[in-house]
This record gives sequence, structure tokens and C-alpha cells, in this order.
Amino acid sequence: MKILTGNDLRSGAVTWWNGTGWSLFVDDAVDVGDDAEEILAREEAARRVNVPYAIEATIDAGGHVRPAHIKDRVRALGPTVRRDLAVPTANKTGWDWVI
Amino acid sequence: MYQYDQYDQAMVDARVEEFRDQARRRLEGKLTEDQFKPLRLMNGLYLQLHAYMLRVAIPYGTLNARQMEALADIAEKYDRGYGHFTTRQNIQYNWIKLEDAADILADLARVEMHAIQTSGNCIRNISADHFAGAAADEVVDPRPYAELMRQWSSFHPEFTYLPRKFKIAVIGSETDRAAMRLHDIGIRIVKRDGEVGAQFYAGGGMGRTPMIAPLIRDFVPLDQLITYAEACLRVYNRYGRRDNKYKARIKILVHELGAAEYTRQVEEEFAHMLSVGVEPPLEELARIAAHFADPAFVEGPKTLDRSDPDFALWVDRNTHRHKHDAYVSAVISLKPAGGIPGDATADQMRLMARLAKQYSFDELRVMHTQNVLLPHVRIADLHALWTALDEAGLGSPNMDTIEDIIACPGLDYCSLANARSIPLAQRISERFAQTGRTEVIGELKLKISGCINACGHHHAGHIGILGVDKKGTENYQLSLGGSEAEDVSLAKITGPGFDEDGVIAAVEKVTDVYLEARAEGERFLDTYRRIGMEPFKEALYG
Repeated sequence: MKILTGNDLRSGAVTWWNGTGWSLFVDDAVDVGDDAEEILAREEAARRVNVPYAIEATIDAGGHVRPAHIKDRVRALGPTVRRDLAVPTANKTGWDWVI
Repeated sequence: MYQYDQYDQAMVDARVEEFRDQARRRLEGKLTEDQFKPLRLMNGLYLQLHAYMLRVAIPYGTLNARQMEALADIAEKYDRGYGHFTTRQNIQYNWIKLEDAADILADLARVEMHAIQTSGNCIRNISADHFAGAAADEVVDPRPYAELMRQWSSFHPEFTYLPRKFKIAVIGSETDRAAMRLHDIGIRIVKRDGEVGAQFYAGGGMGRTPMIAPLIRDFVPLDQLITYAEACLRVYNRYGRRDNKYKARIKILVHELGAAEYTRQVEEEFAHMLSVGVEPPLEELARIAAHFADPAFVEGPKTLDRSDPDFALWVDRNTHRHKHDAYVSAVISLKPAGGIPGDATADQMRLMARLAKQYSFDELRVMHTQNVLLPHVRIADLHALWTALDEAGLGSPNMDTIEDIIACPGLDYCSLANARSIPLAQRISERFAQTGRTEVIGELKLKISGCINACGHHHAGHIGILGVDKKGTENYQLSLGGSEAEDVSLAKITGPGFDEDGVIAAVEKVTDVYLEARAEGERFLDTYRRIGMEPFKEALYG
């Protein structure tokens, strides 16, 4: 599946396209199919996200969205060395899928 | 230490307001990210993996207690309670909001600090020997010259859009504690027949093409220092490659032209520039130098009570001989076993500030090794200082040991990284602390970078580790034999890379070979240079 991610313009926080807006939680990300370019252009123009881009992802056995690349998995939860700073609630499924 | 005059302050204040307006226009949608990015980068504001990151300049690593307290306040008010001290003697905040950035710059300006030229293709923060003005082996205090170069390079209109970033280091002793020859320009202040001048090295650097800077001028008189630097930059600005960012650093130009031809062109430009009159008057250098007069040292005991073995170990490891025999320089380790190299909490910053006021004439230094130094501590005060540091987790006795690891932020924070650096540093320091081998091994500088840009100085590590992306997984190349010191050398790769567990085991094997083979008094690096790579390769891959 193809999902969209970027950083919030004001806070810089990592965000994920949930179909209607941008969520802090990777599990909210939705498959955009062939619409990536159109959504990215529209959302960046509306200043709702900074430097957004499309990435490959999968759904695991538990139904969780998992970015394909390690860099985006680290972005999804936060620094692996500061789990106290992890994105709130998104880490309820543990860290073992990040690395 | 240097204090802003009205011009310094006016320039920094004006820049804050200029950036405030730029950020406002970006937030209002009047600037696109493409338009705004170069503006924010000129003010040290990056966009990293998790948020904006602000890099604050600490000129030649020197700051006072008030400034360190301000850094602590920023960490607490605008970030998540901590900051990260870097290998270029700066500090980075990892969780900055764009809407706060101008306020942070204003807070910095109030304590004579800024984030200008901590990014972009310009002359970056000038770095220097962290023991400057304190070391017993110092020939000339390099700080006035570093400050002169800071003023010359700040907002220099001709050098704002260089082919690539440009880093300058200044030292004033035979011992190199600033990786001077691994900078775009390295300057050693020297004395010849009583006259002070500067040796210039040009074309060094780490990154994807590491090179050691050759000497291009053995003595530049002080009243021509800026003119010569200007000539070096002008030749680079004119002929440095702009078609390929990977070949745009001055080291490539010097290498492709050859040191002799680059030097010839610099000398030609220098002769021309002498007639232009860009050199500031020596009175200006004298004005700056007056800020770096020695503090009021007092006589005191030159020995101490070593009956506490933990204290004695810390003294042996973390203090450095001072030019006044009743004082030492004391290293505050930001490398607790299992900790994140270079990270300090706001509370730890405040403690360091308090201790600097109490014990070190209100002065601290950020070291390129990601530790903090109190440059002037009375021997009589050492035990009290150590007690306070130890209670706060800042008393690890590990300077220049395998636990004193340099590590870049790596894939945990950095958008350029291919692999994580910090977890390796944590696991290695923890492992060696647990086994008690750190002291047995002695001096061993281990440096880890999470990508080829080499912010973790892996090329200059006695042991270097480079993280790479191997088909979507982290992989680590091991290298041996580097040095950033006066015996500068570039590390060589041992062979195929390792996974995370594998590279940690490999580091242990390498230290086993060293302990087996070392001769009396040899450091790891000495043994490596004597026996060569083969015994290590045999242990790793045989």
C-alpha cells in the first residue's frame, strides 16, 4: 500500500494522511493508491503539512500500518533511544517492529 | 571571554527580527517551503526526522554560566528538557516548533548567542582547542584569533553562498585537540623568533572523501591573518565545484589542483588582497585579546588527597594539566555508561553553570568530544567539584577511553542518517563498563557515524564505525587506525560490515587483539600502527 507522511508546518511533528486530514498516529494512515501526487500538491498548498511524500507500507497481522523503510518506522514512533518521548498511545503495539 | 559590543548586539538583534518576519510569512503561506528553507537554514533551523531542529552556535565552544543557564531554559521552555552537544562544539535542540523559533533566537540574543551560520554553504562556527588559555603546553592562546575570524566570517557578503559549507579550526599548541587538519582550513597559531603568526592548512575534511589538510603557508604574520584567510576563501569560492555537491568541498579543489597549485593561486590572490586593504587594524585584535586575559589565579595547594580511589581515578582520567600549577582543567563527562553521548538535561546544564561560577571563573567549554570542560579549577576545589558531578551522574571517569564515545545523532534523529549510532554507543560503553576493561585498555578513541557525512568523526577514530543501509537494514563498517590529533591519520576499513550485535562483538575482538599484542606503554593506536591491520582482520574474519 502507499501512504503519505510529512511534518506539521507549525510544530514539525510527524504526521500521516488519514483520508481527511493529518494524524500523529501511523495506524491512522490510509492507502492512497494512485492519488498521492494530487493529495500532496493540494495539502502542501493548503499549508496543512510540510514537505510531504509518499511511501510504501504494509498492514501487519494485527491490522497495524507499518512503513516499509526503517527511517519512516523510526519517524512513526520517535527516537528508539528515548522511548519516554514516543508518540503518545501509538506505541501501544510495542517497539519490536521498528528495527 | 569575549563580550558583544554594540555592533555585535545590533547585528544579532536585527537578524532575530528579520527571521521573525520570515517565519511569520511562512506560517501565513506567503512563502513556500522552497523559499523559506534557505532562510531558516541560515538561522540554524533544520527539519529533521521528528521535528524542527535548532543548532545554536557556541563560538570556539566557549560560554559563561549565564549562557549555559539560558540554554537550559530553552531546553525546558521550548524543547523536551534536554539538548545535544555536538562534535563542532555547538548545541542542538531536537523538538523545536517553527512558531517558537524566533522567540528562541530572541532569548539567545539576550545572552549574546545566536544560531547564525550553523547551516548553509557559508563559514560555520569557528572551533578551537577546548583547553585554550588553560593548557600547560599551549604556545599561544588561540581564542583571540578565533574570535577575530568569527567576526570576519559573520555575515561576510562574499562568502554567504560558497560552493559548500566551510569549517575552520584554530589551535595554539603542538598538540592538536581540535581535529585541526580535518577542517577546510586549519590554523595553528605559532611563535617564530618571538613573533606570533599563523600556520595555514587547507583542504582537510571528513565526509565521503576524507582528506588530511596539507600545510600551505608556514607563517602568516598577524597583521595579514584575515587577508590570507580571505585569499584562501576567494580561490575556493571562484574555482570550487558547484556542479556536484559531493565534489564541492575545498578538499576536492585542493586535491584536484594539487596543494602546490592551490597554494600558488592563494599566494597570487593574497598579493592582490594586500593592496586592497581588508585587514583589520592590529588595535582591533588587541581589543579582542583584552577579553581573553587570564582570570585572577591565586596560589594554592598543588597536590591532593588521593585516598578515595574513585576520586583518584577521576582526577587521573578527567583532569588536564593547567598552565598555573595550582589549577587543572576538569572534564565533565556527558558519557555515562549506557547514556546518550553529548546529551544533557536542563538540570544538568544548570548544575554545570553553577559549578562554573563556583569553581571556574564563570567559564565553560563545549568539547568536540561532546563533553563539557571547566577550564580553570583550583586543585584545592577538585574533590568538592567531583562530589557534585558524581551525584548528578556527570562524574564518569572516562575521558579518551572506549566509554568516551563520539556518536552522531544517527537514524534516531537525523534525516540524513542510514543507521542508528546512539544505541551502539550505549551498548559498547555499557559492555566495557561492566567488564571493567576500560581502564586496562587505556586511551582508545571510538567514533561512530550514522552516515557517510561523518559527523561522528569515524574516519578519525582509533576505532571507527560507520552505519550504512544494506537493503533496508542497518549495517556497520568497522575501521581502525584513525586519529584527529597531531599524529593525524585516516582509519582503514577492516572488511565486510556487521549487524548491530556483530559490530559490538567485533569491537571486543579488536580490543582483545590489542591487549594480546601491545608492548609496554603502547596505546591502541600505537599497537595498530606497529602490527598493522592483518592480526585484527584475522581475529574478525579468519
